[in-house]
Amino acid sequence: MFSIFGVPAPLLFGQLLLGLINGGFYAMLSLGLAVIFGMLNIINFAHGAMFMMGAFVAWMLLNYLGINYWFALPLAPLIVGVFGFVLEKTIISRLYKLDHLYGLLLTFGLALVLEGLFRNGYGSSGMPYQIPALLGGAVNLGFMFLPIYRGWVIVVALVVCIATWMLIEKTKLGSLLRAATENPALVQAFGVNVPRLVTLTFAGGVALAAFAGVLAAPIYSVNPNMGSNFINTVFAVVVIGGMGSIFGAIVSGFGLGVIEGLTKVFYPQASDTVIFVVMVLVLLTRPAGLFGKAA
Amino acid sequence: MRGQRNTQIIAFLILIALVIAAPGMLYPVFVMKVLCFALFACAFNLLIGYVGLLSFGHAAFFGLGAYVTAWTAKNWGLTPEVAILLGGVSGAALGTVFGGLAIRRHGLYFAMITLALAQMVYFFCVEAPFTGGEDGIQQVPRGKLFGVFSLANDMSIYWLVAAIFLIGFFLLNRAVHSPFGQVLKAIRENEPRATSLGYRIDSYKLIAFILSTFIAGIAGGTKSLVFGIATLTDVHWSMSGEVVLMTLLGGLGTVFGPVMGALVVTAMENYLAPFGAWVTVTQGLIFIACVLAFRRGIIGEIGARLKLAL
Repeated sequence: MFSIFGVPAPLLFGQLLLGLINGGFYAMLSLGLAVIFGMLNIINFAHGAMFMMGAFVAWMLLNYLGINYWFALPLAPLIVGVFGFVLEKTIISRLYKLDHLYGLLLTFGLALVLEGLFRNGYGSSGMPYQIPALLGGAVNLGFMFLPIYRGWVIVVALVVCIATWMLIEKTKLGSLLRAATENPALVQAFGVNVPRLVTLTFAGGVALAAFAGVLAAPIYSVNPNMGSNFINTVFAVVVIGGMGSIFGAIVSGFGLGVIEGLTKVFYPQASDTVIFVVMVLVLLTRPAGLFGKAA
Repeated sequence: MRGQRNTQIIAFLILIALVIAAPGMLYPVFVMKVLCFALFACAFNLLIGYVGLLSFGHAAFFGLGAYVTAWTAKNWGLTPEVAILLGGVSGAALGTVFGGLAIRRHGLYFAMITLALAQMVYFFCVEAPFTGGEDGIQQVPRGKLFGVFSLANDMSIYWLVAAIFLIGFFLLNRAVHSPFGQVLKAIRENEPRATSLGYRIDSYKLIAFILSTFIAGIAGGTKSLVFGIATLTDVHWSMSGEVVLMTLLGGLGTVFGPVMGALVVTAMENYLAPFGAWVTVTQGLIFIACVLAFRRGIIGEIGARLKLAL
């Protein structure tokens, strides 16, 4: 048993691993928030609720219909994405002519409704979701034991983040999206159906949150508050990273997760607040965020 | 302008009459709860209604005020007026720091930063020894006003709460209708223009923020004395959401709206309390309904119908 800076190595690596996992969730959630903000100019306060819904839909698929994790992984985001599609068409699209703050207020209300409904139906104690058999167990890496599911989450989160980044930066659809973010009227004049693009962006961002929710289900218990616990921290991550850059959202998500994990090792009392302290420091030195453009 | 002044004075006199008459008609503790939240909402409204700043972390100042008042009244045996004042001062001190940070960004970022900072205060209160963690600070003595008048009776503390509410309400309105308030409105309407006219925007915003957080701290402190308890609920983000809801429902940027909103929301919570999470669902639905169809709020709508500035 060796130690680093007076801390036993397994403890250090264990927390680092947890930090990377949390960082993966921060990255996926802030990515969705950033993309939605770019197109809709709305801070989606219900993003945490969508994350929670993703986990719940996976749980329901398993317990009511016997559909397992592997099918839930694409199905739950699809279901929540369709929900987001309908939501944008019916409610959120009415907000575009109003002050941006109304979008925040409306989605906050939406988050309360969804959370309240799930709490009524399922209580707030949380329900377990079994780790799929294929990913159970752990491997010995020599310096630590790695539970396979946790490794899987980190890898998948990374892949999803990079894929989203590629989609937006390298594909035709992505370039349309970026163009419509810059100047929707001009893009529409070129014959692109911008309202459709906006709806799909919202559905896509929400589906991403739901996907993160399914990934999270076996790690955290499935409970109605899981989203709001995350989302407040994710807002700090977004402020730190700056909304302008997709890449920034990914880097700051993972980075802050790791910082949080390390704080748990060296000064556990501050582990819940460290991200907010970082946010204060960033605001003092670079008000636009680490990767943001000055607004 | 003069006619508008007169309506407001008449409405203010009606409000005073209602505050005096209310404990005869309703349960005094309920009315005190409404008054505390009404003051809190008025303080919040100063920012959203007159400067256009949406603070999503006002629970931090309300909660800190509640904790400081409760702690000093219980452990130092301070008299209620001093303890409440200290609550307000600590709210303002925190507000100075948070305001200084948050006004560096605009619009939605301002909202997110205040929310995140308030969340930091929440986690701090969970860990800090003086807040009593999950238990909170309980059995806070109401004490004797100026060391003389006992407030143990519900009716005697009622008059203190009523006086605090009316003074705070009056103070906020003086601020809004003063030259200072006119500049705030100018900032809300057109920030670059106000800058070009030579106003130091950031100082005005910061002063408004400090005033608002001072009153929020006073409201929190008063609430903790009335109920004899300060808990994590007071600093939780849902409390920040609640004050937004009250102001939105009553009418953003109206003088009397936050009071009406506080009354309706508190009453609704009282009636729905036995039904668990339906309170949350109802709150959410009110948010959605207000944003989609009822953006002027109750008082704003009445004012618009009667062509009065209420």
